[in-house]
Order: sequence, then C-alpha cells, then structure tokens
Amino acid sequence: MKRGSFWSWLWVAIGGLYFFLPLLSTFDFSLRAKKGILTFVAYENIFKDPQFWSTIRFSLVIALFTVFFSILLVVPTVYWIRLRLPQLRMLVEFISMLSYVIPAIVLVFGLIRVFSGSPFYLTNSYFGTYVLLVAAYVVLTLPFSFRAIDTGMSAIDVRSLTEAAQSLGAGWGTILFRVIFPNLKVAILSSVFLTLATVIGEYTMASFIIGLKSFGPYMSLVGQNKTYESSSITIISFLMTWALMMVIQLFNRTKANNGTHSGGR
Amino acid sequence: MAFIELSNLSKVYGTTTVVENVNLSAEKGEFISFLGPSGCGKTTTLRMVAGFELPNTGNIVLDGTDITNLSPRDRNIGMVFQSYALFPNMTIGQNIGFGLQTRKLSKTEIKEKVAEMLALVHLESHIDKYPYQLSGGQQQRIALARALAINPAVLLLDEPLSALDAKIRVELRLEIRRIQQTMGITTIYVTHDQEEAMLLSDRVMVMSQGHVEQIGSPSMIYNHPATEFVAQFVGQLNLLPVSAVDLDAATCTVAEQTVHFETAAGREPGESPRLAIRPEELHIGLPATDEEVNVLRGEIASVLFLGAIVRLRVRVNDVFITADIFNERDLTFPRTGDEIVLNFSKHACWLI
Repeated sequence: MKRGSFWSWLWVAIGGLYFFLPLLSTFDFSLRAKKGILTFVAYENIFKDPQFWSTIRFSLVIALFTVFFSILLVVPTVYWIRLRLPQLRMLVEFISMLSYVIPAIVLVFGLIRVFSGSPFYLTNSYFGTYVLLVAAYVVLTLPFSFRAIDTGMSAIDVRSLTEAAQSLGAGWGTILFRVIFPNLKVAILSSVFLTLATVIGEYTMASFIIGLKSFGPYMSLVGQNKTYESSSITIISFLMTWALMMVIQLFNRTKANNGTHSGGR
Repeated sequence: MAFIELSNLSKVYGTTTVVENVNLSAEKGEFISFLGPSGCGKTTTLRMVAGFELPNTGNIVLDGTDITNLSPRDRNIGMVFQSYALFPNMTIGQNIGFGLQTRKLSKTEIKEKVAEMLALVHLESHIDKYPYQLSGGQQQRIALARALAINPAVLLLDEPLSALDAKIRVELRLEIRRIQQTMGITTIYVTHDQEEAMLLSDRVMVMSQGHVEQIGSPSMIYNHPATEFVAQFVGQLNLLPVSAVDLDAATCTVAEQTVHFETAAGREPGESPRLAIRPEELHIGLPATDEEVNVLRGEIASVLFLGAIVRLRVRVNDVFITADIFNERDLTFPRTGDEIVLNFSKHACWLI
C-alpha cells in the first residue's frame, strides 16, 4: 500500500467510526429491551403501534403535497429566472436560503400569528392547518428544491431549447411539459426525495401546527416515554432516509450511464 | 416587392445601441449572410427576424405581412442554433416531428415528413436514436431537418457550424447550400467566417458596430469594398502609407516610389489616405512594358508556407507589404534577404 493511500484510508476510517459508532451503539441499545438477550421486541412494539402507521401515513401524504406544490412553484420560477430574469437569480437564491437562517421555531410562530387571524383563519379548521403545514414545508424545503432544480436547469441549454420549441410553434404549456420538465427528471427526483426525507421526520413545525398527528412529534413522544423503542425508531427513521438517498443515487447513476439528459449541446 | 424586408431596424439595450438602422430586402429563395465580428449586431438582427427580440424601431415584413410584433411561434420561421438545441429527451424522429405535432398534423403525415427530412440529410438509419448518440455534425443536420420539416417561409441559421471541427464544417456548409438550393428556401445565415459567407451566399451583408457597412454579392464585397472596414474584414489587405497624392493624375508615392492607382466613384480617399491592395494582386518580377503597371523594389523579410499559397513579407524602404503567390510543386522559394521586384496593375489598388 502506498503511503498516501494509507493516510487516506486512515482518515476515511476515522470519519466512518465517528459516524457509525453512535449508530451502532443506538442499534445495540435498541436490541436490549429484555435483560440478558438481544431482541427485536422494541421494533415489534413500534410496528404494532397503530399510531406509528397513522402518523407515518399522515406525514407521507403531507410530504407528497409539499413535493407537488414545491415543484409547481420552483420549476416555473427557476425556468423564468434563467430565461428572462437572470439578474434576479442571486436574490431568489438568497430568499430560498432564508429558511436555513431563520430558526424553524421562529418561522412557525410567525406563521401561526399571521395565519390564525383575519383574513386567513387557517388555524380554525383541520383543513386550514394542513394547508398551513404544507405551505410551511414548501418554504422550509426551498433550499433543497431550489438548488436541485437550479442545478438541473443549468445542465440544459434552457434558452436555446425554449427558442427552438417556440420557433417550431410550441406554446408555453408545451414547452414546459414536453421540453423542460422531461429534461429535468433527475433534478426533480432529487428534489422530491430530499423534500420527502426532510418533511417526514420534521418536528418543530409539525408539533406546533398539527401536533401528534404527524411522525416527527410521534417520534419525540416515543423518545420521551419509551426507552428502547426510542432507539429503534431512530434506527428506523435513519433507514428510511438512507433508502431515499439510495434511490436518488440510483437515478443519478442511471442518468450518468445513458446520458440522455446531458443537454442539447 | 421583396419577400422579406427589414426597414430601419434598431435595437437598444439600456444605453447601448446594438443594431442601428438596418435595412435589407431579400428575394424569395435568396441566401443572405450576415457577416461581421463578434458584437457587431448580426445575431441580434437575426433574433429580431426570428421574434426572440423586439426591435425598438423599424419593422419586418415577410411576404407582405408585418411580423414585427408577432410571437416566434406564429411567424413560420425555421431556426437552426449554434448549440443545435435538439431536445435531449426525444429521439431524432420525435425531434423532427415536434413542429409537425404542434401543427396538429396526422400521425401518418408526420411519419412521412420525418422520413422525407431524414432522407434529405442522409440520416435515415438514426430515426430512433437520441441526440447524445450522434456526432456534432449529425446533430446539426438533424437540427436543420427539424427546422425545415415545418416548411418555413424563411430559414434562419445562427452560426450553425461554429461548434464543429474544421473538416465537418467544410462538409456541412456544402450540404447546407445543397439543401437550400434543393428546397429553394429563403435563408439568412449568421457567421463571422468570411469564407463561409462567400461560399454560401447569393449576397452578404457586412456589419460593424451595429450598422450595415455593405450589402452585395460576395465578389462585389471582395473586389469593390465600400468601406475601409469591409476592405479589411473581408480577405487580406495591404494598407500602405502614401505621400504626394495627386488625385488628378491618380498618382502617389509609396516607399519613395511612384504608384498609379485607380480612382472611382465611391472610392474617395479619407483625410490621411493609404493605398489599399490585396496580396494576391502583387506579382513577382518586372512586367512586360506597360505604363499602367506599378513596380516596387524591396527585399524579402519573411516567407510563410500556407499550402496552396506562399505568403511573402516584403520590405520596401521600411514599408512592409504582403504578397501571396500560388504554390507549385517545383517552386523555388525566395529566401529572407533576397532582392525582389513586385509589380501590380493600377486597377488593383485604390486609395482609402
């Protein structure tokens, strides 16, 4: 083994230990619900809990709505900025990053304060709170969705493709749905999975706007009350996130192999 | 009335005028090139014809209809881009059929037209491939086929060969000319490559700094440049300092030797005139006795071998002159420092 290679591997190993040791310890702890033996009983308890399934179902539905509205908002916005208003790109990027800078707790109190009164009254009904939650998540996930779509858009020659389609007689709808969206498939999927991964386990906004109906607050409740189950649910949520990440990688690899989205040049 | 007419077309961005008062009339089936250096306004003018830019003043009339404010999709104009702009998510067949689909043609008609267009560009076997599976030259042929499939009134090409390597470029420009003549389609071609413009065009519009310098046939542009810019931009040109100019006798002194030049309307010299002569108009050796032939004596400063042409740099009393001679297999190359006599007709030179 070369000297440089040894040091590289050493650093990888140290990084790996730093990341995996706590996880392994949590996993080990989650298996010790019964004294003296290793058992999956904590996982069984979680999977048998109807609240686990109802909260995860609820969060998944909310996440899907978030994804839908997020794409509907971000793709045309990024497209228009790249096509007609490139000077606004920095500003919009800055705005999209604000939810990183403003703590979720501040954001959620602001939202509740504004949308619980006249003229919105969104917190007066369940439907209203769902709308508020989805809208809040669209803002919260903007940094991911904007970046993913913007990067995807930069890989294709948006202006030339648009102009080519226009000169061939296409209207804006045809251009967006037949030319732009299909060429952003990978970017949109990346954005979808990042949004899903963020929204499903989100705690702060969910607990203040909707409460125990969603998965984040449920995880927190389990963590407070059930010692071993809290570790098992941590592992479960990690596995779910990894599964989503692997799907992104898979799509990216498929893209790299067939190169169908390498742009019009 | 002309088939396409640009009248007083101007475009201003902020405080910068990028196109100023462009006028052009083109007949049906004509091939016109916009030629000029980067930033001269040729692409902006083309984009105004395509409808991607709106002019600040002036109008564009196509076949008797004012299309100045019409959206690009309603102009029936085919466009070929430098970057090909093929839709990466569609096969070659789908790309060519795209414009026909937007025109709501039947599937059978689309299929027939796509096959016809692929045959025109000799790429029949590639119908089910994706753009990334084709070379740059093939992609540009497909882009051309796609633009022609909709039977456009005018075909616009925006530096379509710039992204290709030299060999493909030479092949493809002949292909473009062949297809244009086969279809008899009115074509506007933007390029900064003078050779491309000369070879392809019926007429060339030379542009500089947003305005038109000259419009004319390639030979007219080359042999009778209207301005100093055209003379210098199109082809090689010697511009020699002169003194003792006598316009009545049409003589001047170049490097202490008397030279006769041609005077012609539209070729009046400027305030500090120079003698203009193309390198290929200079010949080596003494002429057969003829009063109208000028003679300059000097020595070879350098010899450049360019294949078909040998380019000589000759110093005549501290004035450098470039002379091109044709290469021949048994040509004995002059050497640096050799004495040399150059002769040229008075009709070959003029004062700028």
